[in-house]
Amino acid sequence: VTAAGHERHWALAILAALGLLALLPLARPREDTLNFVFLVLLAITLAESWNIVAGYAGQVNLGHAAFFGLGALVTRTLWIGGTPVLLAMTAGAATATVFALVIGVAAFRLRGAYFAIGTLALGEILRTTVGNVLPEISTLPAATIASYRLTQRYYLAIGLAAISVVAVAALASSRLGLGMRAIREDEEAAEASGVGALALKLTALALSTALAGLAGGLFAYYHISYYPAHPFGPHWTFDALLMTFIGGVGTLQGPVLGAVLYVVLKEYLALRWVDIHLLIFGALFVAIVLLLPGGLVQAAERARGMLGRARPAA
Amino acid sequence: MSVLAQQLLLGVLIGGLYGLAAAGLSLVFGVMRVLNVAHGELIMLGGYGAFWLAALMGVDPFASLALVIPGSLLLGAVLYWGLFGFVVRAHEEARVKNSLLIGFGLALALHALAVRLWTADERSIPTSYGGAVFTLGDLSIPLVRLATLALALLLIGALQLLLSRWRWGKAIRATAEDWQAALLTGIDIRRAYLLAFALGTALAGAAGTLVTVAYSVSPSIGLEWTLKALIVVVLAGLGSMLGTFVGGVVLGVAEAASAATFGGPYREIVGLVIFVVVLAVRPRGLFGR
Repeated sequence: VTAAGHERHWALAILAALGLLALLPLARPREDTLNFVFLVLLAITLAESWNIVAGYAGQVNLGHAAFFGLGALVTRTLWIGGTPVLLAMTAGAATATVFALVIGVAAFRLRGAYFAIGTLALGEILRTTVGNVLPEISTLPAATIASYRLTQRYYLAIGLAAISVVAVAALASSRLGLGMRAIREDEEAAEASGVGALALKLTALALSTALAGLAGGLFAYYHISYYPAHPFGPHWTFDALLMTFIGGVGTLQGPVLGAVLYVVLKEYLALRWVDIHLLIFGALFVAIVLLLPGGLVQAAERARGMLGRARPAA
Repeated sequence: MSVLAQQLLLGVLIGGLYGLAAAGLSLVFGVMRVLNVAHGELIMLGGYGAFWLAALMGVDPFASLALVIPGSLLLGAVLYWGLFGFVVRAHEEARVKNSLLIGFGLALALHALAVRLWTADERSIPTSYGGAVFTLGDLSIPLVRLATLALALLLIGALQLLLSRWRWGKAIRATAEDWQAALLTGIDIRRAYLLAFALGTALAGAAGTLVTVAYSVSPSIGLEWTLKALIVVVLAGLGSMLGTFVGGVVLGVAEAASAATFGGPYREIVGLVIFVVVLAVRPRGLFGR
C-alpha cells in the first residue's frame, strides 16, 4: 500500500467512525455522554489543525491558541449580535487566517526553535491584550440559553472533525503536501529543487489557522459563559501539541488517536486527580520525543513489523 | 514624578532577578545550543526548595541559598544524564528543536507535579525583616528586594569569575565558541556540557529562591519566568553574563515604564513586543551572522 493509499484507508475508517457517532443522539444518551464526545471531537479538530503546520510543513507553532481564540472572539461577538452561527464561524475563521497570513510573512523568516518561541510570544501578547480589553466574563443572553440545544453543537462538532480529517487526507496525498514534506525534511534542499518554501508554509499556516478558527468558533457556540481571554490561553496550543506528538505527528490518524487518548484519560483521571493527566502526558511526550519520534503510530508499525517477522513463512 | 521614580526603582530591583533568571538559560543555550523552556519550572522548584526549608526547618531564606544551589546543581546533572544529554548528539538545528520539545514536556510534567505535591496556592516566606524599608528622599526601597538585587549581581559576578578563571570554566567557554575546535584541543566537551547545564540549573535555583523571598512562588510561575529569561537572552545576546544582568535590569525598567504609561495590566506586553521585534530584525536568531 502506498503512503497516499494508506492515508485514504485511514480517512475512510475515521469518517465511518464519525458517521456512527452521528447516530449517537438517536439513542437518547445522557447529556454528559454527548458533552464528552463533543470534547473529543473538538480535540480532534484542534490536533489535526496543528498537525498541518507541524507535521507536514515541519514548523512548531506555539502560538496556535491565538487563532483558536480569534475564531472564538469573532464568532461569539457576531453570533450574540444576531448573525447566523455558521456565518459567524466563517467570519471567525477568516479573521484567524488573515491574521495568520499577516504575521506569517514575518514569523516564517524565523527558523526552527526561533519560529516556535516567536509564535509563543505573539500568542501571549494577544492573550494579555484581550484579557485587558475584555476583562468581563462573556455570558449568553437568557433567551439564547433557553433555546440552547446540545445536539446542534454536537453535529457541528462532528462536521468540523470530518472537515479537518478530509482536509489533512487531501493535503497528504497532494503535490502541495509533498512540497510541504520536502520543506520539513530539508528546507534548503527543497528550495534548491524548486519548491517555494515561503508560499507553501503560508498555505499550510492558512489552512491550519482556518481550522483552528472554526474550532474556536465552535467553542464560542458551545459554552454558555467563559472569559474572552480563556480560548487564547497557551494550554490550547500545548494540548494540540501533546495530542499530535503522542499520536504521531505528520500522519492522518496520529492526531485522532492522540486526541481520543488524551481526552479519555484526562476526563477519567480528573474524576480522582485534577490535572494529573499533564504529568502523565508531559512524561510520555518527553519519552516519545527521545525514543519514538513517530508516536503511537510508529509504535504500532514497529509492533506489526515484528509480528510479521515472527510469523513463519507460509 | 516621585511615583514614576518609585516604579522605575522597583523595576530595577526586579530586573536584577530577570538578569539572574536569564543567566542560566543563556549559559545552557550558549554552550550546548539547547533551548531549555523548562528553565522557569527549574526556577519554580528552587523557590519551593527555599519555601520548604523555611517552613519545615526554619532556615532563613537567604541562608537557604547554601542548600538550594548545591541541590540544583545535582538536579541539573540528573536532568542532563536523563534527558538533555541525549539531545546534544544531534546536529544543531535538530538539537535546538528537540531540546525545545523535551523542555516543554518537562515543564508540563514539573508544573503538574508541583500542583499535585504542593497545591496551586501562592506561597511566600514571612521573615522578621520582610517589611523593612530604606528611605532615600521620596523613594522607599524595600530592603529584601535590594538584597536580592545585590545577591543576583554577586552570583553573576561569581559565575563570570568561574568562567574566566577556572580550568573547566575556560573549557565551557571554548566549547561555546567552537565545539569542534574545543574537541580538537582535547577538551572533554561532554563534561563541559554537563557542567554548563548543572551551573545553569543552579542559577535557576538561586533565582527561584530570591524570587520567593522578595515576591512569591506558585506552580504556575514557570512559563512567565521562561518568557522573561528568553526576552532577556534575546535582548542581551550571548557571551557576557554581565551583559545579561544589564539586559534584565533594562527589561525591568521597560516594564515599569510601560506599566506607568499604559497601566498595570500592560506591563507584561512590552517585553514580549521587544522580543518579537528583536527576532524580526535578527531572524536567524542569536547565532546568525
